[in-house]
Amino acid sequence: MLRFIVRRVLLVLPVLFGLLVLTFILVRIVPNDPSAALAGQNATPQQIAEIRTKYGFDRPLIVQFLIYLRQVVQADLGTSIQSGRPVVQDILQRLPATLELTFAALVLGAGFGIPLGVLAAVRHNTVVDHALRFFTVGGVAIASFWFAIMLQLLFSMQFDVLPLRGRLGTAIDPPAKLTGLYLLDSLVTGRLDAFRDALRHLALPAVTLCLGAMATITRFTRSGVLETLQKEYVLYEIAAGYPRWLLIAVYVLRNSLVATITQIGLLFGALLAGAVVVESIYDWPGIGSYAITAIFSSDYKAILAVTLLVGVVYSMVNILVDLVHGLVDPRVAADF
Amino acid sequence: MLVPRKFARDASGMVGLVIVLTTAVVAVVAPRLAPHPLDAYESHPLQRLQAPSQAFPFGTDNLGRDVLSRVILGSRAALTVALLVVAGAMLIGVPLGLVGGYYRGWFSELIMRVTDVFLAVPQLILALALAQLLGPSLRNAMLALTLTYWPFFTRIVYAETRRIRVSVFVEALEGLNAGGFRIMFAHILLNAAPPIIVRATIGMGFTILSAAVLGFLGMGATPPDPEWGLAISESRQYLPEAWWFSTFPGIAIFLVVFGFNLLGDGLRDVVDPRLRRSR
Amino acid sequence: MAEPLLRVDGLRISIPTDDGVAQILDHVDLVIPPGRIVGVVGESGCGKSTLVRAVLGILPRFARVEAGRIAFAGENLLALSSGEMTRRIRGREIGFIPQDPYLALNPVFTVGTQLLEIMRWHAPANGQGGRRARRSAHRAHLVELLRAVQLPDPEAALQRYPHEFSGGQRQRLLIAGALACRPRLIVADEPTSALDVTTQLQILRLLRDLVVRFDVSMLFVTHDFGVVAQLCDDVMVMYAGQSVEAGPTAAILGAPRHPYTQMLIACHPDRARDLSGIPGTVPSPLAPPSGCRFHPRCPSATTECMVARPGAVRVVDHTVACVLYGEGRPEPSRVG
Repeated sequence: MLRFIVRRVLLVLPVLFGLLVLTFILVRIVPNDPSAALAGQNATPQQIAEIRTKYGFDRPLIVQFLIYLRQVVQADLGTSIQSGRPVVQDILQRLPATLELTFAALVLGAGFGIPLGVLAAVRHNTVVDHALRFFTVGGVAIASFWFAIMLQLLFSMQFDVLPLRGRLGTAIDPPAKLTGLYLLDSLVTGRLDAFRDALRHLALPAVTLCLGAMATITRFTRSGVLETLQKEYVLYEIAAGYPRWLLIAVYVLRNSLVATITQIGLLFGALLAGAVVVESIYDWPGIGSYAITAIFSSDYKAILAVTLLVGVVYSMVNILVDLVHGLVDPRVAADF
Repeated sequence: MLVPRKFARDASGMVGLVIVLTTAVVAVVAPRLAPHPLDAYESHPLQRLQAPSQAFPFGTDNLGRDVLSRVILGSRAALTVALLVVAGAMLIGVPLGLVGGYYRGWFSELIMRVTDVFLAVPQLILALALAQLLGPSLRNAMLALTLTYWPFFTRIVYAETRRIRVSVFVEALEGLNAGGFRIMFAHILLNAAPPIIVRATIGMGFTILSAAVLGFLGMGATPPDPEWGLAISESRQYLPEAWWFSTFPGIAIFLVVFGFNLLGDGLRDVVDPRLRRSR
Repeated sequence: MAEPLLRVDGLRISIPTDDGVAQILDHVDLVIPPGRIVGVVGESGCGKSTLVRAVLGILPRFARVEAGRIAFAGENLLALSSGEMTRRIRGREIGFIPQDPYLALNPVFTVGTQLLEIMRWHAPANGQGGRRARRSAHRAHLVELLRAVQLPDPEAALQRYPHEFSGGQRQRLLIAGALACRPRLIVADEPTSALDVTTQLQILRLLRDLVVRFDVSMLFVTHDFGVVAQLCDDVMVMYAGQSVEAGPTAAILGAPRHPYTQMLIACHPDRARDLSGIPGTVPSPLAPPSGCRFHPRCPSATTECMVARPGAVRVVDHTVACVLYGEGRPEPSRVG
């Protein structure tokens, strides 16, 4: 098992290196003089030249890349143009917001998606199944930014039951910073007012983000359960008199969840991409909106850092998924 | 109420086909179909932000343009972008996958590592970064999307080529000295075609969504293009009064992408019968 | 004669498929007296499994019972709801031994968990003592049963996973499972087909001893007349969804009347002199022959055979459904 883990991690390293190269190329070889961007609108040619030397833009590309590598290893990802602070600090500060949002979306998506998938499988080929199929195909066809706007229109503007944007109302102080996750922190410190407010602000963004995930999870749970239901041992369990509900809830679900867990891992990438859009619409102070503003202001250090971070996180999630897969099904680990 | 499995499966694919064909037809005859075809580029300030009525079934936008017409006209951009991006991604991705899967050695390894790197970051994020760096325009958006979508095809084609390569009949063909290239393209391509087609169909829908996001963020189409994502972005500041401005372009996006997804699903069932019928 | 424990009368079942309606069972009669082992023998595709499923109440969802009755101790099983079948009948009154021991057990749960689950829902002494007391009583009972089926080291066996047992051992586990709640009838669906000949012999011997020891009746489905000869007190011969001959095994083996039975016995590997087998192939239930379904392959067929299915007629010591044995007809010569 240890060998499996080690091999799996080793496989990822060249990919991460390639990611560094890619992000570096993206920013440098594209026709956009970073020194001009850094210098600002009304810089004189001399100021631009100064900046060029200061940041080392006049050195050969390879040297610049090596410098970049060294900085990455030292966890020095540079200074953000927009905030003036080290990028690493910016990211760390905004990370909990994105984590809270992504996690909430995942919980919603799986919490509804798995039971719906089971329902569709158990009621195979009935109206319920077809309606849910409509949902799985349609749910991923809805543009998330449009969905967000529609939700805002309905729940904020029309009926005024939920806030329009942001993570916390202006009148409420944020809870003490233990983890950075407002829901958790406010519960732990007994700040029920903050909890309630944070929950209200989280509602629309989380629902927006979870739609695609829910549809996909429903779909894969459905096919996983259907496949398990065809198995001989299910027939035996029914013939031996297992109650149907117990069969589905315990004996079938356990067997079908492997595929679903794998999918959730892959979904993570889609969730991260979705978070970018959702955060910018709802003014959610996370890494997604940070990335958007970075892109728009050509804050190339921030862009690099975020892309790198996303790549690393995504790769780690995939390793985790492979690990779970190997744990549940020992044959997978043996194949390695 | 029970519905026979086969009929339902075929029916949803057919519905998808109908939607896609209808969209294609609409896109082609758009100028003739739209009640106010010139509204893509003209403005009528006196008619701004009117609610849906008989004259303007979808209402008018902030410049007094007929939303229905703009939605119809927007279908052209949507389909064109989708077609070009998917075709471009296939042109790059499929040969790379073939080469990577067929030959051993450092070149194949390199191709697959590069593919893995691209796939390590969610496509949208890469495309966003690229699009911004290239400069906001529809053409650059298409380029960015193409350059970030090809790895999806490469991965599929690589897997298929690998799988088919070890099958006996390819070795037999090689024995007949049919030439490496010919074997690759003719035979393996034919066998790998089904999953490619399915991926391409679903990719059309996916691309329309991504292009809409880019348009929404201002990194794709620019005003006064009647692009759906762009329209939704323009509409935001007039909410909640002018709800029609945001709603209808979004519904259009949904319908078209939904159609492609249904079609792709239907194709997958038809073209790959060895997959379990539990789809 | 005592009232039969199980009595199937004129069972007729069809199933819609993608290619049309399949008339799986056309007319099946079966009688199982108490304390007897009754074999149901026929080629693959003759509908034996459908008969088993009908008795257990686990027919596929779209299957339609068009005619017939299944009386268990006088009660019509077809009239019972699915819930009642699960609660009262399956696992409790009627036990089940499946065909493939390699596929019948759920691979991710221990053997003990699966067998105990049966007892949890159906054990006759349920309701006495607390939950823990019940569980240990069930365990003790199971260990005794495992000893009765000659499984080595029963206590340890309960903690193991299915893949740690050989085929024969798994079959013993399944037999124990069938006996767990003291059923009155055990339905065995070709339980020895997947085993090698030596193991097969052991299992058959075991089954015979258990039937006597635990005072159960058995419905034993098989395609092998040799097994029938060794194990079954009575036998019913099936062809393409129709009962063709039924009665005590010795009687039928001694003087088989129906042409199909004669040919079936004649081409059994222990008796056949060549590899000829029965000419022709089993008809598809989608387009079955009219009347007696064997007539296209029957050397004694007449036009009368195509008209309607012949009713069962008593001949000396058993019954047969064939036009050759109508009232007042002379005994025809044997075939084959």
